[in-house]
Amino acid sequence: MAIDWNHFTPFAALAGGVLIGIATAMFVLLNGRIAGISGVLGGLLRPIRGDVAWRAAFTLGLVGAPLVYLLFAALPRPQIDANYGTLILAGLLVGLGTRYGSGCTSGHGVCGLSRLSPRSLVATVAFMGAGFATVFVTRHLLGA
Amino acid sequence: MLVLASLLAGLVFGLGLIVSGMANPAKVLGFLDLSGAWDPSLAFVMAGAIAVGMVAFMLARRRTVSILGAEMRLPSVRQIDRRLIAGSLLFGIGWGIAGFCPGPGLVALGMGEVKALVFVAAMLAGMGIFEFFERLGR
Repeated sequence: MAIDWNHFTPFAALAGGVLIGIATAMFVLLNGRIAGISGVLGGLLRPIRGDVAWRAAFTLGLVGAPLVYLLFAALPRPQIDANYGTLILAGLLVGLGTRYGSGCTSGHGVCGLSRLSPRSLVATVAFMGAGFATVFVTRHLLGA
Repeated sequence: MLVLASLLAGLVFGLGLIVSGMANPAKVLGFLDLSGAWDPSLAFVMAGAIAVGMVAFMLARRRTVSILGAEMRLPSVRQIDRRLIAGSLLFGIGWGIAGFCPGPGLVALGMGEVKALVFVAAMLAGMGIFEFFERLGR
């Protein structure tokens, strides 16, 4: 393991993390809910009366964040190296997996670990482990 | 009020993802690539978020209703089962092949990235497949 000092951004990462923490805090203290993005989104596909608006609003906030960011600074361009086929496979796996596993990086990773939930710790170890293993295979064994 | 609070929380969450660099799949993959040139940034994002989150959930646990008067809905499931683990593993594989998890996918979609649109559409399809099988099983 060698640290990539050219790309490592500890201060921006910590600041962004604190913002994510604040969003999580707002959501649980104001709305009484877990800010788990896959759960919020997944619930929209199972619409229940009175349960749609807040989900749609949270999603809209996420999608609209770049526009608000743009008011303060130039938007960084994301670098998406995956081709369309890979993106489709990735999306299917992420959609299916997060719903079966009841959470993603936000619900299990941020909220679950903040609540010291053993269930979320197991989930986080599982998806992080699978992520590490997948990148090892695609980058170093298959050499993509 | 609850809807407005949701919108704001989503917005702040999204801003956090942009500021932290996590809306950029290349940066996420830099974290997941332990044996290459490793970028530990994602761990710092988690640390910052969890530090604030721990305080928030400590306060939340003491409440019976939220500040806005909504019912507190904290997860009560504690079961660690095959569903949890298999689902999380599938998610991790999907995360590792493209560098997108749900939040960054939505934020990158808001940046007007066509590739993010493709990812989000496939993710919704994946969630739809889950719903389909759940309804079959019921």
